[in-house]
Amino acid sequence: MQITLDKRQIKVEEGKTILDICKERGIEIPTLCIFEGLKPEARCRLCLVELNGKLVTSCSTYPHEGCEVVTDSPLIKKHRMINAELLMADHIATCNMDPNSHDLCKIIEKIGLTRIRFDPIHKYKQDLSESVIRDDNKCINCGKCIRACGEIMDVHAIDFINRGHNEKVSPYSEHKLHDVACIKCGQCVHACPVGAIYEREHLYEVVQALKDKKKHVIVQTAPSVRVALGEEFGMPQGSIVTGKMVAALRKMGFDKVFDTNFGADLTIMEEGTEFLKRVKNGGPFPMITTCCPAWIKFMEHFEHKLFPNMSTCKSPHEMLGNLAKSYYADKVGLNKKDIVVVSIMPCTAKKFESTRPELKSDVDYVLTTRELAKLIRTYKIDMTKLKDEKFDDPLGESTGAALIFGATGGVMEAALRTAYELGTGKTLKDVDFMAARGTDGIKTGSVDLDGKTIKFAVASGGANIRKLLKEKDKYHFIEMMACPSGCIGGGGQPWPTNKAVIKKRMEAIYAGDKGFKLRKSHENPSIKKLYKEFLGEPGSERAHKLLHTHYHKRDRF
Amino acid sequence: MVQDLLLPILKHEQKKSGYISEAAIKRISIQTGIPVSRIFGVATFYSMFHTKPQGKNMIEVCHGPSCHLNGSFNVLKSLYKSLKIKPGETTKDKKFSLHTCSCIGCCDKGPAMLLNGKQYTLLDETKLKAIIKKCRS
Repeated sequence: MQITLDKRQIKVEEGKTILDICKERGIEIPTLCIFEGLKPEARCRLCLVELNGKLVTSCSTYPHEGCEVVTDSPLIKKHRMINAELLMADHIATCNMDPNSHDLCKIIEKIGLTRIRFDPIHKYKQDLSESVIRDDNKCINCGKCIRACGEIMDVHAIDFINRGHNEKVSPYSEHKLHDVACIKCGQCVHACPVGAIYEREHLYEVVQALKDKKKHVIVQTAPSVRVALGEEFGMPQGSIVTGKMVAALRKMGFDKVFDTNFGADLTIMEEGTEFLKRVKNGGPFPMITTCCPAWIKFMEHFEHKLFPNMSTCKSPHEMLGNLAKSYYADKVGLNKKDIVVVSIMPCTAKKFESTRPELKSDVDYVLTTRELAKLIRTYKIDMTKLKDEKFDDPLGESTGAALIFGATGGVMEAALRTAYELGTGKTLKDVDFMAARGTDGIKTGSVDLDGKTIKFAVASGGANIRKLLKEKDKYHFIEMMACPSGCIGGGGQPWPTNKAVIKKRMEAIYAGDKGFKLRKSHENPSIKKLYKEFLGEPGSERAHKLLHTHYHKRDRF
Repeated sequence: MVQDLLLPILKHEQKKSGYISEAAIKRISIQTGIPVSRIFGVATFYSMFHTKPQGKNMIEVCHGPSCHLNGSFNVLKSLYKSLKIKPGETTKDKKFSLHTCSCIGCCDKGPAMLLNGKQYTLLDETKLKAIIKKCRS
C-alpha cells in the first residue's frame, strides 16, 4: 500500500497502525495509553497526527491507499499541547514534576509545556495497603492499570467507576485495595505512565534499623534483583551486578549480606523431596510450586480446591529469614530478637507476604529493587565504581539452579535437576531443560523418571494461570508465577519493564547459570552442611516446622 | 454474550429492591462470571441505577441549560430548605431522594422536575411546598 508520510512516498504493510509505521521509521510520537500486546484504547489523545488534513489518534487509526499523513504541524502541536495541559490538570496536585520519574512528565518536558492553567477538580485520599499504594490525585484515567489487572492478570480488582469528570479508578463499592481480591502483583505499577501507583516504602524503617547499634541487620537479595539493579544506575540492560550490589549493601552498614539463592536451593531440596514423596505415594497430582506470593494470594482468593495440590514449602526468602533467626543466630550466639532481616525483592507481593501472621516473624522488611536503588542513592554510593565482593557465609553460597528462579520456568528446571538425580540415583547428562525456558505464557514438557513419565507445565501471568488451571489434571508438576515472565518482570523491578527489557534480563539469568560450576541445588556444600548440622534430612520434622507453611481461604471478591 | 445481559439484569435488580446493593453485585457476579469491579462500574456509570438505598419518592430536578436559566438552582435551594438534602442524598426518614438529571424535554415550561417519573413544570417555592406536603400526607 502506498501512502505519503511527511511528504515522502512510502510503501507500508496493511494491518499496521500509523503509530506502528512511524515507530518503525524512527519518527517519535508521544503516547501514554498504548499497552504492549493489547488493542489500543486511544484515551490519552497525545498521539495526534493529521490524516488527509484531519486530526486523528495515530495509535488507533489505520492508513488507507493513497492517504497523506503529517506527523508534525502547528495544528498538531497546538492540540497536543492543550490535551497535555488538560491531562496535567488532573495530575499536577501531588506530582514533583521530575521528568525521569514517569512518562507524562517526560512528554511534558519534550513538547515544551511549561504553564498549566487549570486546577484539579477533585481531591482524593490515597489508597494505602501493605504493598501497593494508589494516589488518585495523580491519576489521568488512562486505564492502563485496569487493563493490566484485567487482561494481563485476569484479577479484575479495579475498574472505572462513575461518569464524566467524576470518573475514577477504584475497586468495587469504593473499597480499599486491601479489602478486595487484589493479589498485590504490582503489574499496575509498571502499567501506570504517571506514577500514580507505587509500592509502600519501608526505607525509613530499614534506615532506622541500620542506625540502631543493638540490632544485627541481615540483608538478603533475590536472584532477579542482580540482573535488573544495574539499569537504575545507567548500566546496559541485562548486566549482572551481584558483586557490586553486595559491596554497596555492606558499605551501607548491613551486618551480614546473605543470598536468597541459598534459600532457593533449600526450597528445591524441600520441594524436590516433597515431589518424590508424592510420586512414591501416587499423589495428589499436580503438585504446584509456592514460591510466588502473588500466586499464593491468587489461589487463596479464587482456587480453594487447590489446597491439597499446593506444595507446603515457604518461599525462599522466608526460609532464609527463618534460618537466619534460628540456625545462624545459634551459631554466632545472638538473640533472635536482636536480628532484623531485610529482603531485597523484585516484588510488591512479598511485602504483603511478610505481613502474614504465620510468616511475620521470619522477615521484618521487604524492599523492592527500585527502593534499593533509592537507598543506594541516598547513601551517595557510586555503584559503577565499586569492586565486586562476595556474599557472607554460612547462608551465602548458591548454585546455578537457584539463580534461574528469577525467570519463568526456573523453579521447574531447578526442581527437575534435583528430583531427577535424587529420584533415580543417576547423573543428569544435560541439565538444560529447554522446554521450561523462554518468555511464552504457558510451557509444557515431560521428563522420564525411572520409567515414569513426569509431565510438567509452567505458567506466568494471571490470565495464563487461569488457562492452565483448566487442564491441570494432565500434569504432575506445575510452576506458577503471577507476573509475566516471572520475577524478572516483577512489580518491584526498575522502570521501564517491558518485553524487550525482560528478554535481556532473562538472557543474563541463563548466562549466569552457565557460569556456575555447581548447577544443581543438592550439590551446594552449604546446604549439605546445613542438613548435617541442623535440619537432619529434607522433609524431616524440624525442616517441616521451620520451612513449611499453610494457607488460608480468602473471599473471592 | 453474558456481558450484554448485564444491563437488563441490573435494571431488574433496581426495580426489585430500589437500589443495587453490594450483596446483589456479588450475587450477579457469581451468576454471570462478570467481575464485581466491572458490575459496580456499570452501575455507577448510568444515572438510572443507584448503589445506595433510595427514598420512597424520587425527585429528579432538570439541570439542562434552559431550566438553569429559568432558575433550577432556586428549585434545589427551596428543596434543601424543606427536605434538608442536597442532590445525591436521601432524607433520614427515607421518604425522599434528590437527584439532578439532564433535559427532560420541558424547556418551554422550566424549571421542571420529575417526581416518581411524573413531570412538574413552572416550579416556584409555593408550588414545591404543596407538592412535598402532598407526598408527606
